[in-house]
Amino acid sequence: MYNGWKIIIGLIIFVGLITAPFIFSGKKATAKPDPKVDTPEILKLPESERKCVESKEFMKREHMKLLNQWRDWVVRDGDTIYTNVEGKRYTISLQNTCMKCHSNKTKFCDECHNYAAVSPYCWDCHIAPKEKKS
Amino acid sequence: MSMDRREFLKIAGISTILGIGGISVVNSLRNLVEASQISPNPEALKAKRWAMVVDMSKFKTDEDYQRCINACHRAHNVPEIVGNPKHEVKWLWKETYEHAFPGTEDEYLSEGIKHLPFLLLCNHCANPPCVRVCPTKATFKRKSDGIVMMDMHRCIGCRFCMAACPYGARSFNWRDPRPFIDTAKENLEFPTRTKGVVEKCTFCYERLAKGLRPACVEESKGALIFGDIEDPNSEVRKVLSSRYSFRRRPELGTQPSVYYIL
Repeated sequence: MYNGWKIIIGLIIFVGLITAPFIFSGKKATAKPDPKVDTPEILKLPESERKCVESKEFMKREHMKLLNQWRDWVVRDGDTIYTNVEGKRYTISLQNTCMKCHSNKTKFCDECHNYAAVSPYCWDCHIAPKEKKS
Repeated sequence: MSMDRREFLKIAGISTILGIGGISVVNSLRNLVEASQISPNPEALKAKRWAMVVDMSKFKTDEDYQRCINACHRAHNVPEIVGNPKHEVKWLWKETYEHAFPGTEDEYLSEGIKHLPFLLLCNHCANPPCVRVCPTKATFKRKSDGIVMMDMHRCIGCRFCMAACPYGARSFNWRDPRPFIDTAKENLEFPTRTKGVVEKCTFCYERLAKGLRPACVEESKGALIFGDIEDPNSEVRKVLSSRYSFRRRPELGTQPSVYYIL
């Protein structure tokens, strides 16, 4: 092999560089997101009414699509009442319906959004509920 | 099995008709299911086309104007940017007659009228030039009630609408408006805007949806009259049929929905 030692040193440096992030970050994985739904507003509700506009599973998977549709319905069509699967009616509003219960934006929205590295621009305009720093 | 041409065409024709009919039945069912999910608020105020009459005779002191302006700007978290006048954001504002009604200032117009501040806002034109030029349909005319709406989610900040609007009713957010909104007076039920979008009066669509009249109308003590211009029995039509009214730049054919009486 011509210049074998140069190639081998180069290879060692190369392998070192690409494995460095894995070695130095160690095995500690980023903490799993744990969105909290224990806001005072939710705890005030009787147990039977502690439900979101749709089921927990639906909201987990589809909330972004629902919010997208909500905004089109309100802003573009002027329809402000949403009737869910159970026939219960809600005013369509992020600030006045969603965040009235989920008044913990940092522990509810940001928890997963940060983990998934998504940054929706809702809060550039919509006013997040005022949270007490704990 | 043998089939002659006539037989084949019969079967093909019948199955086509059944197929088309079937699709329309399925579609109408689907529409029913989807339409049952959302509905307008039954308490909402409805009109074919909203309009406003500004009775200038009832604006006597500066306080009369300011009350309406403050009510609007607080309800919608409009920032108060002082300093650079180009950065100013306004939904409802004062302007002298000669600026509000260019081309109508006669040589010997009474000084009282010439310098009388008029209350201006978006005219919610029947034929809005801003809507025509918007490349993303961020500003659009609501078919239900004629309000020229802004969808801030879609606005890309190109400012074509500002160039198109002959009334200067639109403001661009050159800076982040948040630092210029007094947090103590902020309306937590309404969003702010972000840097890089155009905003203007929306005839308080969010209040109409709840069955409330626009914020400025409620604060005006009768100086602003709001109603359905296409309903002959509405308050605006009654005022317009009994008194002389004029609009801003009617020669442009935009058909403004804001009328002025002296």
